Amino acid sequence: MTATVTEIQQNKSNDTDYQALPELSLSTQSVTLGYDQTIIANNLSVDIPEGKFSIIVGPNGCGKSTLLRALSRLLPPTSGQVRLNGQDIHSLPTREVAKILGLLPQSAIAPDGIKVVDLVARGRFPHQKWFQPWREQDQIAVESAMKATGIMEFAQHHVDQLSGGQKQRVWVAMALAQETPLLLLDEPTTYLDIAHQIELMDLFQDLNRLQGHTMVAVLHDLNHACRYADNLIAMKAGKIIASGAPKDIVTEALIEDVFGLPCMILEDPVSGTPLIIPKSRQV
Amino acid sequence: MKIYRTYTLTITNVISHYPKQIICSFTLALIIATLFFGQHIAENTQDIWQLITGQADPYQSIVVWQWRASRLFAALVIGAALGISGAVFQSLVRNPLGSPDITGFNVGAFTGVLLSIALFSNLYWFSVLGAILGGLFSALLVYIFAYRDGHSGFRLIIVGIAISATLSAFNQWLILSVSLETAMTAALWSAGTLNGMTWARILPAAVLITVFILCAFLLNTRMKLLEMGDDTAAALGVSVNKTRLALMFVGVALTAVATAITGPIAFIALAAPQIAKRLENSASTSLGSSALVGGLLLLSADFIAQHGWEGSTLPVGLITVSLGGIYLVFLIIREGRK
Repeated sequence: MTATVTEIQQNKSNDTDYQALPELSLSTQSVTLGYDQTIIANNLSVDIPEGKFSIIVGPNGCGKSTLLRALSRLLPPTSGQVRLNGQDIHSLPTREVAKILGLLPQSAIAPDGIKVVDLVARGRFPHQKWFQPWREQDQIAVESAMKATGIMEFAQHHVDQLSGGQKQRVWVAMALAQETPLLLLDEPTTYLDIAHQIELMDLFQDLNRLQGHTMVAVLHDLNHACRYADNLIAMKAGKIIASGAPKDIVTEALIEDVFGLPCMILEDPVSGTPLIIPKSRQV
Repeated sequence: MKIYRTYTLTITNVISHYPKQIICSFTLALIIATLFFGQHIAENTQDIWQLITGQADPYQSIVVWQWRASRLFAALVIGAALGISGAVFQSLVRNPLGSPDITGFNVGAFTGVLLSIALFSNLYWFSVLGAILGGLFSALLVYIFAYRDGHSGFRLIIVGIAISATLSAFNQWLILSVSLETAMTAALWSAGTLNGMTWARILPAAVLITVFILCAFLLNTRMKLLEMGDDTAAALGVSVNKTRLALMFVGVALTAVATAITGPIAFIALAAPQIAKRLENSASTSLGSSALVGGLLLLSADFIAQHGWEGSTLPVGLITVSLGGIYLVFLIIREGRK
């Protein structure tokens, strides 16, 4: 995987349109978030640290996906602002935002019978203008996205024929082809087996560490979150309870508070990060 | 039996390999048949050649180039408009049943035509404008009544069917309550017909239809992205609501202009995109082949309407609605099995 990512970097340095990642900032300023009459989060302020891998965790219904939707401009806040590079994200043209911020949504529908390469190519939409033909840099972006996600061999396959893990990698590739310095992921590993989960999380870490993408993910698996996050954001009932490096913030008390789950914290023998061992009544 | 099977297999293979070529050549054959077949028009190739070069008898020339050619052109243009309108709506609703003739936008457009005839008498541009307004109004009704925390494709269709039925009843009542003369004009029209088509009638509409078809092609990329879900499209920088409204407008306008010229013609918008999809064996329905298939379908239906029954010409809408009924039953059975 490392080799392919280096290849991408080489490809990118050849790409004339591609510049060094610009300065980035994404934050919410005391936003109120909700759907129709239901308020999910009130007066919520988050700062996404540049160049880091941030992972949002919390129990079901705590508003973590809602926060991600707000950060990705899909859900306009009822009050407060989401700011991208210092400007209100909703004041920017959505296509310009799409050049800076990519999203892997939970509910993506693959059109019937579409080929992998054609789906990945759709990620180039924000970079294309009316009547502009397919350019070499589009091709390069699509190919390096497929290489990075290891789906080159499926390029001509139909998406509906792929397994769940492969499909998810195709969607990641589409988001990568968008070439955004910032990537938001909404529960990217749900429905995948453990091997595919680790593979995908490794891929995200590579994208973050080697290519300098700023990443934000919503994740259910606490141990994965602790292992991969530079910045862990723990949410409960629409509020941020703690945020920071997992080593600094994850304690038995925090997990008990956020999830209502008694547990023990060990050191992960592989990564040295906190490893959460839940206690259950049966033992 | 075995031989038969391999034989049909090769035919399907051939069709799926050269869908556009086959549709085009079939259309061409139909065009020639529509233009030149019939008693006293052309008995051999020499007659056809004379007609093409303009050396034929003036009476025959008028029949072929004024009457038949304008009707043929109208069938192709209106069919293409309906085909594209159907492709747009099926993409928007993400359901093969989501077509303007099922959701009643063509009935709404016809309501507009009827009202404009009743209020301003039978004036061309008033009818067209009335059709567009009527179509948009019925689309708005469907949109409002189907809203419940966003729009699900299937609810739009069900509500559309209900609105369609209501508007049909309203159309009947309108026809019954206007003067006999107006009612006659309207009734002739209400089945959807190409009878009495002239160049003066179809050309302005064709210009308008061309403009809307171009708009549909411009929105094509965004339409494809919307098929992947609102969130995915929005993440890629598509303004979801604006694009959807624009697509709805184009789809309704295409159906409405077509309806203003011919009255409501069912089935073409419903079936053309699906047939095109199967012929092309492709991922999503392409607008181009939907237009081609739509044109071909209407042309064939009109050919049947004109030549299928000895001594009488049926309204083409009657043919398409019968074919459409069969197709719809097939579609519902197949959807139900899923």
